[in-house]
Amino acid sequence: MNAHQHAGAAARLEVHVEQKSFSSATGERIDVLRDLHFDVPENRFACIFGPSGCGKTTILRILMGLDGDYGGSVRLPNWPDPRVGAVFQEPTLLPWRSVEQNIRLALPGHRKDANLDLLLEILGLDHLRSFYPGELSLGLARRVAIARALAIEPDVLLLDEPFVSLDQALAQQLRNLLLSVWSERPTTALMVTHDLDEAIMLSDRIIVLSPRPAKVVGVFDITVPRRERDEKARDDLRRSFRKQFLAPEPGS
Amino acid sequence: MMAEEKPLGRPLGRSMGEQAAAPIWMVLLSFAALLVAWQLGATLWPTRSFPPPLLVWQTFLGEMASGDLPYHLAITLWRVAASFLLAMIIGAAIGIFLGMHRRADQFFNPWLILFLNIPALVIIVLAYIWFGLNEAAAIGAVALNKIPNVAVTMREGARALDPRYAEMASVYRFGGFDRFRHILMPQLQPYIAAASRSGISLIWKIVLVVELMGRSNGVGFQINLFFQLFDVAAILAYTLAFVAVMLSIELMVVQPLERTSTRWRRRAA
Ligand SMILES: Nc1ncnc2c1ncn2[C@@H]1O[C@H](COP(=O)(O)OP(=O)(O)OP(=O)(O)O)[C@@H](O)[C@H]1O
Ligand SMILES: [Mg+2]
Repeated sequence: MNAHQHAGAAARLEVHVEQKSFSSATGERIDVLRDLHFDVPENRFACIFGPSGCGKTTILRILMGLDGDYGGSVRLPNWPDPRVGAVFQEPTLLPWRSVEQNIRLALPGHRKDANLDLLLEILGLDHLRSFYPGELSLGLARRVAIARALAIEPDVLLLDEPFVSLDQALAQQLRNLLLSVWSERPTTALMVTHDLDEAIMLSDRIIVLSPRPAKVVGVFDITVPRRERDEKARDDLRRSFRKQFLAPEPGS
Repeated sequence: MMAEEKPLGRPLGRSMGEQAAAPIWMVLLSFAALLVAWQLGATLWPTRSFPPPLLVWQTFLGEMASGDLPYHLAITLWRVAASFLLAMIIGAAIGIFLGMHRRADQFFNPWLILFLNIPALVIIVLAYIWFGLNEAAAIGAVALNKIPNVAVTMREGARALDPRYAEMASVYRFGGFDRFRHILMPQLQPYIAAASRSGISLIWKIVLVVELMGRSNGVGFQINLFFQLFDVAAILAYTLAFVAVMLSIELMVVQPLERTSTRWRRRAA
């Protein structure tokens, strides 16, 4: 059980979870994941797309090594020593450390003194280095969390709905920022979302999950290069996605 | 670019025990009134067992000049410091352990309640009987009186630890020292401050009893000596000097320390 698989050398991310369940306070067993298998090719950006409460966060927690109580195996890029850049559902910054300290603390030993100027500038955080997280808006705190995940030059990037509960314009702006930093140095990335437009804008692959217990309903690969995904291309993608996995869009 | 972002609510409340302080002239006036009342009482009821302030002051100067008071005061302060440190370290270790291990907590909780309720005097007597009339027994007995209190406060702190920070630290592979310094300590800081405050004020009272019963120096020993000589002026001189020193430590060390380490909380508007 829960053995991480050691064979193979590819820098891809593989998930094989036979089953994962929680027991509730009353002792009831809740099956959350069941026969869940998918992978993300090296340096590709994938989205997990599924209904609320289906077990998306649980998958990321397993990949982050925070939950070892499951049946199956997972494999992260650069196994057995993957460096994980994580963006949690909430920013999870240390309130008692400044923005810059929060980022630096996450850096691995040999990069503790790394130059963060470029990253902070792209993300529009350079004038906020010495601020405390309590002095930031949610959008800015999210940006710092993203900066922290990218600053460590991760082997794999795991993001749990990083743009949820932001207004659309701001979320869109942050998605663009994430894309521009990620494109500078692509890594294998897996992001949880329940926003289809977001998934279509960002991903090379969308992994569609069923309601709980979650298994993979299908995989939707997008081959159109990101910079060619204009309004019309996205419409087409959305339509073919819906045709494959969901009821047709009302009015179309 | 930032205009559309809404400010985030403050995640944590204010530190405990914050209160508007009285203006300094009020404090001085209050002490002056006490002095006048004391002088009045001593004049109306002249007796050797209730000396006027001036006599106490003269005794104080005499004891200072002879070097007795500074010597005994220093010994007592050292005992306060040693037992305080000991009680904080051991109490915090026990409290944090219990706060993190529910089973152990359930098992040891009755012990904690028992120790909380053993009178200080009993612990002191037993310590002297079992370990002899020595410095280690004295300091250990004082610390032992305080450890259960510290443990209870720190257990509360450990229970309130936010697991999300520990998880973040584990994903980003913080080292042991970084976890201690940047994850654990800042979360426990208000509890450490609370335990220290009540710790200091309890300890400096118990130390005098320990000295009175089994040491041949220190403020407690001196007070016992003057008790036998019926020298109330000297007793008051020692007591007031000791209280003054403890209060200035509280005012000049403990409180500023508390203020600096909660700076990140106050800065937000
Ligand atoms: N520690 C736990 N103990 C018991 N049940 C849990 C625990 N963590 C999650 N669950 C249950 O597992 C299911 C999946 O949770 P999870 O957080 O992975 O969902 P999610 O897809 O991320 O949901 P959302 O879209 O709301 O973020 C939920 O029904 C939840 O109630
Ligand atoms: Mg979730």
